[in-house]
Amino acid sequence: MTEIKHHLNDQLLIGYATGSLPEAFGLVVATHISLCDECRARFEAFEAVGGSVLEHATEGTNLSEVDFGATLKRIAAGDQEKLAAKPAKPGVFPSALQEYVGGDLSAVKWRPVGMGVRQAILKTRDNASVRLLHIPAGKAVPDHGHAGMELTLVLQGAFRDDHDRFGRGDIEIACEDLEHTPVAEDGMDCICLSATDAPLKFNGFLPRLAQRFLRI
Amino acid sequence: MLSDQSVIEKPDASPPPQIYYERAAKKPVVSRKANVSTKMNANTRWVELIYLVRDAEDQNAFEELFRHFAPRVKAFLMKSGADASMAEECAQDVMATLWRKAHMFDPSRASAATWIFTIARNRRIDVLRKERRPEPDELTWGPEPEPDAAEVMELQQENSRLVQAMLDLPEKQRDLVRAAYFGELSHSEIAEATGLPLGTIKSRIRLALERLRHTMK
Repeated sequence: MTEIKHHLNDQLLIGYATGSLPEAFGLVVATHISLCDECRARFEAFEAVGGSVLEHATEGTNLSEVDFGATLKRIAAGDQEKLAAKPAKPGVFPSALQEYVGGDLSAVKWRPVGMGVRQAILKTRDNASVRLLHIPAGKAVPDHGHAGMELTLVLQGAFRDDHDRFGRGDIEIACEDLEHTPVAEDGMDCICLSATDAPLKFNGFLPRLAQRFLRI
Repeated sequence: MLSDQSVIEKPDASPPPQIYYERAAKKPVVSRKANVSTKMNANTRWVELIYLVRDAEDQNAFEELFRHFAPRVKAFLMKSGADASMAEECAQDVMATLWRKAHMFDPSRASAATWIFTIARNRRIDVLRKERRPEPDELTWGPEPEPDAAEVMELQQENSRLVQAMLDLPEKQRDLVRAAYFGELSHSEIAEATGLPLGTIKSRIRLALERLRHTMK
């Protein structure tokens, strides 16, 4: 495991443990947890709280029995094969991300968004959105104007902003008022997974620098 | 640590090969007022029963788990917004999943209640929200080796403390936490449910993960 310095906050971990996080954010959280045992331990501790809630779930209600016989029939009718644990797939991307991409890094269908930067939007079923970004080494991450919260997870290479360095596994939690210009480090192209809770405005999107240059 | 056990252990009970296979606590005590050590016995009893389902497809063990957990799963789902018939369907599903996935239960990281909660939660996301839940890479012990019995015991004990600490929360905060886990709070509202009395359970799980990573190498 690489040394990870930037972690998920409690709010995101509880949201993921309770199942109330939008799918797009869930993907970033699941991918980070796959790379970070520190956050996995915190996440599983929050799941333990869920266990205590389940233990007392019948409080204030009539204890309602569930049909045992019907459940046994369900087991007998089901696939007799045990559900095997899925081993983690090797690669740059953890398994959860590979399922959304349909493979590892080489399977990503990139589209250019200007200034050498490429992106691939991943399909989710809710309003929040998630995409992969490919930023050439040494280039600035284009300003993509997001409303609401943005979660960015580095999967390859690294980027720096005024304060910090973010390498593989590091997560940046940005609110809409955060003004910063992250730059991909020299040496290796930077691949990030990024989720926002506002609809994307990507068509006709041009990086700020180009906008300035073209005076549009 | 074993002294708690020996107090209630029947004198004629044969020495248990492993702590969680001991026969002392035939019926788990689930009284609201039960203290931590009694609950710990219930916790280790559930672990033992899941192992019996896993290793011997033991239907009696499954029934004992079912009688305790199935109504709780159903109540959990109804409080999460499912109607009675959907909650019944899902609860059957969740308990059937327990049977089929028993080999994936890791008692060095989770109590039975915690593990069953995660199955019920995922079912709720699937059925009620019709969303896909991205899952982290699975870390399992595989057929060999198994988690260490003493570590299992300590985690289960820590879990009992957590359950007690949740009961001791002020009513208002307890309600908020419950609402969060029933899926009633939006992501931004959840911020107010942070600051939970987790104790040292995170460190226990962290140690189990380290050991697991070590065996996976």
